[in-house]
Amino acid sequence: MAPALFLLLAFFAGPILWTVWASLTNAALTGAQAAQTDFVGLDNFTELLSDPRFRTATVLTVLFLVGCVFGQTVLGLTLALLLQNRNGAVRATVGAIVVGAWVVPEVVAGFVWYAFLEREGTLNTVLGWFGTGPQNWLFAAPLLAVVLANVWKGTAFSMMTYSAGLSEVPEDLKEAARVDGASAFQVLWHVVIPLLRRTLATTLLLITLQTVQVFTLIFVMTSGGPGSRSTTLPLLMYQEALRMGDLGYGTAIALALLVVAGLFSIVYVWMLRKEEDR
Amino acid sequence: MRRIRRNTIRAAVAVPLLALVASGCSTAADRDEDTVRVVYQKFGTFIAMDSLMRQVKEEFEDANPGVTVELHAIEAQAEDYQTQVNLMNGSPSEAPDLIYQDTFTINQDADAGYLMPLDDHFDAWDERDQYSDQEAVAVTSLDGQRYGVMLGTDVRGLWYNTELLEQAGIDTPWAPTTWEDVLDTARTIRAELGDDVVPLNVYSGTPAGEMASLQGFQMLLSGTEGALFDDESEQWVTGSTGFTDSLDFLRTLYDEDLTLDPQDALDANVGTVNNEERIPSGGMAISLEGSWATQSWIEEANQPWPEWEEVMDFAPMPTQNGQGAGATSMSGGWALSMGANATDPDLAWEVMTYALNQENGVKFAVEGGQIPVRADVAEDPAFLEDSPKAEEFAALVDITGFRPAYSEYPRISLAVQEAMESVMLEQATPEEAAQVYAEEVEGVVGPDNVTTGS
Repeated sequence: MAPALFLLLAFFAGPILWTVWASLTNAALTGAQAAQTDFVGLDNFTELLSDPRFRTATVLTVLFLVGCVFGQTVLGLTLALLLQNRNGAVRATVGAIVVGAWVVPEVVAGFVWYAFLEREGTLNTVLGWFGTGPQNWLFAAPLLAVVLANVWKGTAFSMMTYSAGLSEVPEDLKEAARVDGASAFQVLWHVVIPLLRRTLATTLLLITLQTVQVFTLIFVMTSGGPGSRSTTLPLLMYQEALRMGDLGYGTAIALALLVVAGLFSIVYVWMLRKEEDR
Repeated sequence: MRRIRRNTIRAAVAVPLLALVASGCSTAADRDEDTVRVVYQKFGTFIAMDSLMRQVKEEFEDANPGVTVELHAIEAQAEDYQTQVNLMNGSPSEAPDLIYQDTFTINQDADAGYLMPLDDHFDAWDERDQYSDQEAVAVTSLDGQRYGVMLGTDVRGLWYNTELLEQAGIDTPWAPTTWEDVLDTARTIRAELGDDVVPLNVYSGTPAGEMASLQGFQMLLSGTEGALFDDESEQWVTGSTGFTDSLDFLRTLYDEDLTLDPQDALDANVGTVNNEERIPSGGMAISLEGSWATQSWIEEANQPWPEWEEVMDFAPMPTQNGQGAGATSMSGGWALSMGANATDPDLAWEVMTYALNQENGVKFAVEGGQIPVRADVAEDPAFLEDSPKAEEFAALVDITGFRPAYSEYPRISLAVQEAMESVMLEQATPEEAAQVYAEEVEGVVGPDNVTTGS
């Protein structure tokens, strides 16, 4: 008990409490406020709510989240369904390829996608064969670019959890539905998905928590640009806290990020609550 | 049993707290007194400081057995470099003894209590007469104390490729006297040399960061009657004609396709790509750039370009209509400063003055493309021989301007970059962008600290 409590306090509660405290001060990296930090109450939060950058970043974060979670869920579930009942060799090959993206460090993944999408990148070379003019995709569609990259990287995780979930679905239930004349889609919709509800909820929650904090991938690919068109909350937090040296304001953004993640989690729990509770 | 458990829990709570308190309060005392920790930037084309400090370490350690010079080269852009140094400074046991410091941030860092005043050491130094009054101003904070010794300064202006200009039928040496002259030359280059050559580069937009604000916008603004900050009233200026005119210069560049494609200009690596690729390969005719651009071309560079001395020439940036001195420039400069928690200030000062001596001054000025601030370095034949443009640069030092060194500046600078970006992407007219800027500035510094310029 004691060692666990020790670890929890030192590495979990400590930083969270510090963040809450810092968000109520004007703590800064340099300047007079670094020498003499004052308690400013809720000033940082008042400023946050009237800051247009914060509003834009929140909208972008939500779009990024929705795009990534939707993409990863659909792709992950599709792959898991397709791989079901295939022979070992196929499963192993596809699994290795998809999981490869998951294993690649974020910086590397970011750079790979940068090299693929930039003006002189692979995508433009390929499109060039069909006579399309070169386009810097990171400039033309920055948010879509980072969503694609993150879905590419994260699909493996959903695929693995859904595969595990699918193997738990009893074969006889599906068999019974088929005997009753249900089409493959109807079996999926009425039998498999309801039984997968708990796996879905957990996976969605985990993906959301992973996605909401994505920093490295976006930073490497677009640095939040052009302008602020891919500046999600983690990038805004970095800019304010470390570029501008305003630690107090930066930690306030961190807490706002927590709220966004929390809201999404509540929505999932509500959407996927047990049938009988509805 | 219960009591024991309660005590264990108490201990479990107390131990980490104590550890936190202890680490937070640890002083420089637990550091080795014979070690001098030096922190400096090493990034992209800037390797001169690394080369200098490596040599200093080797020579100083040989001459002083028992002393260790610990080098921390931080590979990051200027903004990130400062963040990392500030984080080190925030913890006394991690704080550096000697800091390669942008003179521009001396005020903030002195306010934060990160730096040690150096007046006593400097006054007792027998080489202090080599330094000019201008140097003293740059390293003295608003409280009147000296916090560093300057390594070198810089100026900004128009680097141009003589071969390309001649190909386009423009006489060299090129000496534009107004903004319109500069634009006309760019138009001629576009008309004569076609799409393969970028006529004129002016850094712009948020990805280029401070480069866009200083090399780009403020080089324009300082050539008008406008200014970012009014020194007399100590207020930030918004709504000046000069501000709108400077943005309009940018709009013309992008509107008439006289510069980089916006998507290339908005690449964070635009500076490195320009100086290492576009300029040496003859893909860019004119660039509004710092005097240190040569460090990308000299022998010690990543990709040396020995022909630069014959091909590249430098012209001062003219003022808008040739008013005032006829030309303008902006300057920055870097210094060596000492951390407030230096373990042995006298030893650190020795290392510092060794790095600053005449011989090392020449080395740094040549490799770093710097304008020396020491008189005996500026006159040194080795420096003059390796810096063919030294005279032109020195002439600009007399008319150059500096950024307002206040802690609000980084945010003001960001607002400038955003105004530039909205104009280059045609999201706003210069007037609209100036209006947004005015609101932004008011939000940053408060309405009482803003004055409306003419």
